[in-house]
Amino acid sequence: MEKYDRSQRYLKELDDGQHEIALSTDDLHVSYGTKEAIHGVSLAFERFKITALIGASGSGKSTYLRSLNRMNDNIFGTKVTGKIMYRGLDVNSNDIDVYEMRKHIGMVFQQPNPFAKSIYDNITFAPKRHGERRKAALDEMVETTLKQAGLWEQVKDDLHQSALALSGGQQQRLCIARAIAMQPDILLLDEPASVLDPISTATVEDTLLQLKEHYTIIIVTHNMQQAGRISDYTAFFHLGDALEYDETRKIFTRPKIKATEDYVSGHFG
Amino acid sequence: MTPRKWDKVATTMLYLISGFIIVVLAFLLLYILISGLPHVTWKFITGRSSSFAAGGGIGIQLFNSLYLLILSMLISIPLSLGAGIYLSEYAPKNWLTDLIRNMIEILSSLPSVVVGLFGFLVFSINMKLGFSILSGALALTVFNLPLLTRKVEDSLQAVHYTQREAGYALGLSRWETVTHVVVPAALPGILTGMILGAGRVFGEAAALIYTAGQSSPPLDFSNWNPTYIASPLNPLRSAETLAVHIWKINSEGIIPDASAVSAGSSAILILFVLLFNFAARYFGNKLYRHLTGARERG
Repeated sequence: MEKYDRSQRYLKELDDGQHEIALSTDDLHVSYGTKEAIHGVSLAFERFKITALIGASGSGKSTYLRSLNRMNDNIFGTKVTGKIMYRGLDVNSNDIDVYEMRKHIGMVFQQPNPFAKSIYDNITFAPKRHGERRKAALDEMVETTLKQAGLWEQVKDDLHQSALALSGGQQQRLCIARAIAMQPDILLLDEPASVLDPISTATVEDTLLQLKEHYTIIIVTHNMQQAGRISDYTAFFHLGDALEYDETRKIFTRPKIKATEDYVSGHFG
Repeated sequence: MTPRKWDKVATTMLYLISGFIIVVLAFLLLYILISGLPHVTWKFITGRSSSFAAGGGIGIQLFNSLYLLILSMLISIPLSLGAGIYLSEYAPKNWLTDLIRNMIEILSSLPSVVVGLFGFLVFSINMKLGFSILSGALALTVFNLPLLTRKVEDSLQAVHYTQREAGYALGLSRWETVTHVVVPAALPGILTGMILGAGRVFGEAAALIYTAGQSSPPLDFSNWNPTYIASPLNPLRSAETLAVHIWKINSEGIIPDASAVSAGSSAILILFVLLFNFAARYFGNKLYRHLTGARERG
């Protein structure tokens, strides 16, 4: 692989008072055991926008994303240092209630992972655990979120069938519906379309563009066209560093860093 | 020989081996049922056994077997669930938990007669429980617990990690995720393991000879107060189970119809174990469909 000068960076600073920031990290390091996977990444994510994290496999973009709602906590030997600021609170501090925080920062994973329950229960299960008992509210939640995820028309007649009987694309949209049923502020998506066929991918992308009105979305993707189509901002990751962060349109037309230019034009590696 | 021919030879061999196993099993099963079932009457199933005369039944032994089974499952199911959940979901991966897993592995291959003697020394003598249903149930727990724990752990491990992540990402605690996501998804496997374990316990003799004893006191089936000495439910009375009964009349029985009683008892024993197996399958599938919301088809 070509060696790029990793000291050359261009990271657009959004926390200048002009933009409303939903979430930001300050010098975030992540290490697994003795190996550091993320070497101090500082990015700020604008509210109600879609930010894409791109980069080759092993660039650390998924690791970075997963630390934003502390999903890496569950992986033995993982250490995360630095700040993750959300509403003036450092999410990465010990006195944060991780479970409460994850209600505000939701996540959709690469592999569709619906529970082995019915479609209805998949969506209402967590809200019920968090105390919502009213049947009418739950029914409405199921309908709204399934509509937002673009799945309602296909499943409305049989909400009590097993989620496992759905196709992969439908399962992933159910997972999105399940995540937004929690009404999070921020939605993290880890390559949500990587296992989907082009039609399902297009539906999911439409879904995300609509969700952007109410949610701040951060999405990891391998698919450059996808990043170009749906995101407002793009961050380019390389070997555990964020090398370039800018408006998507600039990243794809006039990148400032050589590594980014090579990556988006397909000459990378 | 071409790879194609090798494949044929290997396939044929595998078919022959499996066929041989099936034939042996079918022969055993049919032999026991054909020689035993003619002796099975309602009077035989419910009647009292006799010590000297012909025509004794196995009512009390059957009751003892079932009671002992229930008691030992009552002890071992919660323990194995707790241990299995801990090992699968909570235990850090280090030398200590590896050691525990190895111990469980070794325990599960312990010969049942050793478990019986251990139970005799610890429960009957040391804990002064004597020859009693409780001693027997504890010995059976020692016998069954390792396999049940293993089965629970395996069933939980078979639930994909992404299911747990799904729970965490929705703000559920680890305990909520384990109890409401992982355990339900693993329940069919756990249930199957439990019922198969029950079958194993039901047919067990060696572990009980020295713990539950080889005879039952006169029982009064009109008094079900467990503290009453002649009550069938009294856990401190001795109890001869069906499997022990079969062993006993074959080794030291002096009743003239020993072989008939033994054959009939074996048939009943086999029928119950078969029943457990089919129940395991039926309820495992049914539960899975219920939990996943999948329709019953066909």
